[in-house]
Amino acid sequence: MKIGTPKEVFEGEARVAMTPDSARQLQKLGHECLIESGAGMAAGFSDEAYEEAGVEVIKTAAQLYKSADIIAKVRPPSETEVKRLGPSKTLISFFYPGSNQELMELAAEKGATVIAMDMVPRISRAQKMDALSSMANIAGYRAVIEAGNNFGRFFTGQVTAAGKVPPAKVLVVGAGVAGLAAIGTSTSLGAITLAFDVRPEVAEQIESMGAEFVFLEFDEEQTDGATTGGYAAPSSPEFREAQLAKFRELAPDIDIVITTALIPNRPAPKLWTEDMVKMMKPGSVIVDLAAERGGNCDLTVPDEKIVTDNGVTIVGYTDFPSKMATQSSTLYATNVRHMMTDLTPEKDGVVNHNMEDDVIRGATITHEKEVTFPPPPPKVAAIAAKPKEKVKELTPEEKRAAEVAAFKAQTKNQVTLIGIGAVLMLLLGLVAPASFMQHFIVFVLAVFVGFQVIWNVAHSLHTPLMAVTNAISSIIILGALMQIGSGAGWVVLLAALSVFMAGINIFGGFLVTRRMLAMFQKS
Amino acid sequence: MEFGFTTAAYVVAAVLFILSLGGLSGQESAKRAVWYGIAGMALAVFATLIGPGSGLWWLSILLIIAGGAIGFVVAKRVQMTEMPQLVAAMHSLVGLAAVFVGYNAHIELGHVMTMSEEERYAAEGFAALLAKKSGVEIGILRVELFLGVFIGAVTFTGSVIAFGKLAGKVTSAAKKLPGGHILNATAAGVSLILLFVYLAGGGLWALILMTLLAFFIGYHLIMGIGGADMPVVVSMLNSYSGWAAAAIGFSLGNDLLIVVGALVGSSGAILSYIMCKAMNRSFVSVILGGFGGPAGEQMAVEGEMIAIEADGVASALNEADSVIIIPGYGMAVAQAQNAVSELTKKLRAAGKEVRFAIHPVAGRLPGHMNVLLAEAKVPYDIVMEMDEINDDFPETDVVIVIGSNDIVNPAAQDDPNSPIAGMPVLECWKAKQVFVSKRGQGTGYSGIENPLFFKDNTRMFYGDAKASLDKLLPMID
Repeated sequence: MKIGTPKEVFEGEARVAMTPDSARQLQKLGHECLIESGAGMAAGFSDEAYEEAGVEVIKTAAQLYKSADIIAKVRPPSETEVKRLGPSKTLISFFYPGSNQELMELAAEKGATVIAMDMVPRISRAQKMDALSSMANIAGYRAVIEAGNNFGRFFTGQVTAAGKVPPAKVLVVGAGVAGLAAIGTSTSLGAITLAFDVRPEVAEQIESMGAEFVFLEFDEEQTDGATTGGYAAPSSPEFREAQLAKFRELAPDIDIVITTALIPNRPAPKLWTEDMVKMMKPGSVIVDLAAERGGNCDLTVPDEKIVTDNGVTIVGYTDFPSKMATQSSTLYATNVRHMMTDLTPEKDGVVNHNMEDDVIRGATITHEKEVTFPPPPPKVAAIAAKPKEKVKELTPEEKRAAEVAAFKAQTKNQVTLIGIGAVLMLLLGLVAPASFMQHFIVFVLAVFVGFQVIWNVAHSLHTPLMAVTNAISSIIILGALMQIGSGAGWVVLLAALSVFMAGINIFGGFLVTRRMLAMFQKS
Repeated sequence: MEFGFTTAAYVVAAVLFILSLGGLSGQESAKRAVWYGIAGMALAVFATLIGPGSGLWWLSILLIIAGGAIGFVVAKRVQMTEMPQLVAAMHSLVGLAAVFVGYNAHIELGHVMTMSEEERYAAEGFAALLAKKSGVEIGILRVELFLGVFIGAVTFTGSVIAFGKLAGKVTSAAKKLPGGHILNATAAGVSLILLFVYLAGGGLWALILMTLLAFFIGYHLIMGIGGADMPVVVSMLNSYSGWAAAAIGFSLGNDLLIVVGALVGSSGAILSYIMCKAMNRSFVSVILGGFGGPAGEQMAVEGEMIAIEADGVASALNEADSVIIIPGYGMAVAQAQNAVSELTKKLRAAGKEVRFAIHPVAGRLPGHMNVLLAEAKVPYDIVMEMDEINDDFPETDVVIVIGSNDIVNPAAQDDPNSPIAGMPVLECWKAKQVFVSKRGQGTGYSGIENPLFFKDNTRMFYGDAKASLDKLLPMID
């Protein structure tokens, strides 16, 4: 199959869906790669670099669409681009089918298969092709850099000869992939980072990145993120109020706010209201990563940077990944390449569009003239672990009672055993002669010593233990030695055989034990 | 005076033996402890040779040297993978020696009984000991002797069969004659009746018949136990050989034999207990052989086994920071321990944390894996027990399972109807990525489907363990 990547037509888009590296990998799968001349230029990949990787450079987009079987691009296609598709073509790109209904129907009409990279289900097997996550990661990083660019102070606190510099305080709202990336970047720059999310289960992730989780005292059954495919769900008005009150409390102290809160298939929730912006210190920065969906901040203007009257900068850019085109192209191209790996399981260059596969089925939105969106829920569920069952806390009294009960049961057990043992002993003593009992004491004591000693043997030395017990159980040689001298005939023969066998055992057992033990070495 | 000296030597020897076993609590002290055992044995033999009642000492020494030479050669030549066989073979020798010594005691006893008063008084050596016994004492002596021979005989044939199974000379599948355990029970019952016949003056024929029955029990019992239960079997036989020595010690009135027999017996018993516990099975169910039928419908396994090639494993290993290797019997079969050690060395040189997780019943002998890894020069401080390492799997990047199956089966925890439900297992599926090196797709010894192989984060690395690892090694950097 021929995989072709055209130049992005969306204005200002610098990313490209194929890099020389990903092309090399695609060729290993048995595919041929094509690229429109100049497609990688903005992302830092020259036509020569592609040619070197064995990619055929095509002059025009029209020609590329004609010769390629699979079109891989980044942005959702324009109408012209969709019209270029035909029955045997496959398109791989972001599509946002929820809001691009008409375009999707047009593609279905054309007979093209469309794989929407934004529809890849969120299951662990599909993480390697989750382009939304890889782009969000970049956006989160870039948001902090952008904020720093517009922020007039250090991130990290310093004590210098010229005075003390307080560290910047950063608040990240929404701890999805972008939020976590922002937290990571911000903490590594040295800022004091706070983070908030409506899903309490991400608190652990936030703390693992080095930020402080903003805890909200609120008595409501939280919707579990796992039931909504790992995304946040809309919250109740009461919860929202509590949340805003918390933000108002924080706003005067915060230098940089990065908002990343999105709810699937809805406009972005308004979380940073106008009055909060007013409360902030002059020079503070807000970076709104939800700007494309209307923004989390009331004052956000999509695609623009504005400065409010009180000197707060609000960044509403929507093309953060494109601003880091080399990095984002590399990651996106890898996501696409992984998608192709799943589509060509035999690595023979033949695409097997397996609609039984959860990942492929989920991402395919048109196939064989049919619109196949929305997909059925994936068969493999469970993203998060089941909520932990609460173990009932025992009160100290109950604990003590349980301990006493356990102690009593143990005592009862032991006393019973000792009792039975003693009775048996006494019964034995009634019939057995004294000479036997003398040996018997030795025997019982030896068993006790044996149990105490053997429990302490290291598990790793069980094989040497067996070998050494083997060797010493040849102590039976003593019996044979005593017998060999007395009597004659059979006795001597049998005793001699016993001595001989025990001899093998003694030497064999001890030597092999020594050999084994010598092998155990410390690193 | 002389007798006092022998007893003193025995006391010292007994203490040395206890120290020798106690020293096995740590790898370093064990190296010293084995010398205690050797010294104890030398002292005991020496004291007996010069003590009262011994004769033909030149013959004894000759035989010990001849036997020792054989033992020496065997110990030098044996492969570490063959340790289970060797241990089983040595048990059989102890068992047979116990039988012989028991027979001798019987013959001597008969001899002494025919003596007149004066002759008894003048008797020497072992006969002297017997001559001084009263009627009840002789009765007890006969019970002890009978018991010693019985246990010795069971140990002998049992060990021979265990040896055959471990060495692959006898099929390792569980096999039973028609009638199954009824046969064993009958044989044991008849033996008990023979004991009374013997006590009532039945004579040699009762003893011989019982010995034959005991031989049969040993054979049939062990034939009915499958390969993976061998750790229990071998430690059980170890225990038996100890009890046999103790019983003989009673009949000979030798305290050192009793002490050592009891030590060895309890050691084997504890090992069996640990092994059973590690399989969550009762001792009886292991000895009676075979798994109980499944309690109900087993959970269906969803998903598919996904194969992976060496380059995939290599790249995952190159990226990983922490690696845990879980070896099993398959590693011993494929003789892959040196390749594993090589892999460990390379990974550690690259600054990765590599550890081994050993399940108590991995392999065919308690502690078998530890010895194999030690032979391959894997340092023992990175070889962990199950309880030490089980909590660390979630933080582990890559787990490599080499030739183990049931001990990493999540069904033991998830599926209450599984035949191995409740058995403690290594929770390797909690790691980020699991590679299973396995010869083919089949189920393991127990025939239980392993859901681990179907998990999302598991990849199957098919092929002979050694060949697979050799392919993998050059790709690690």
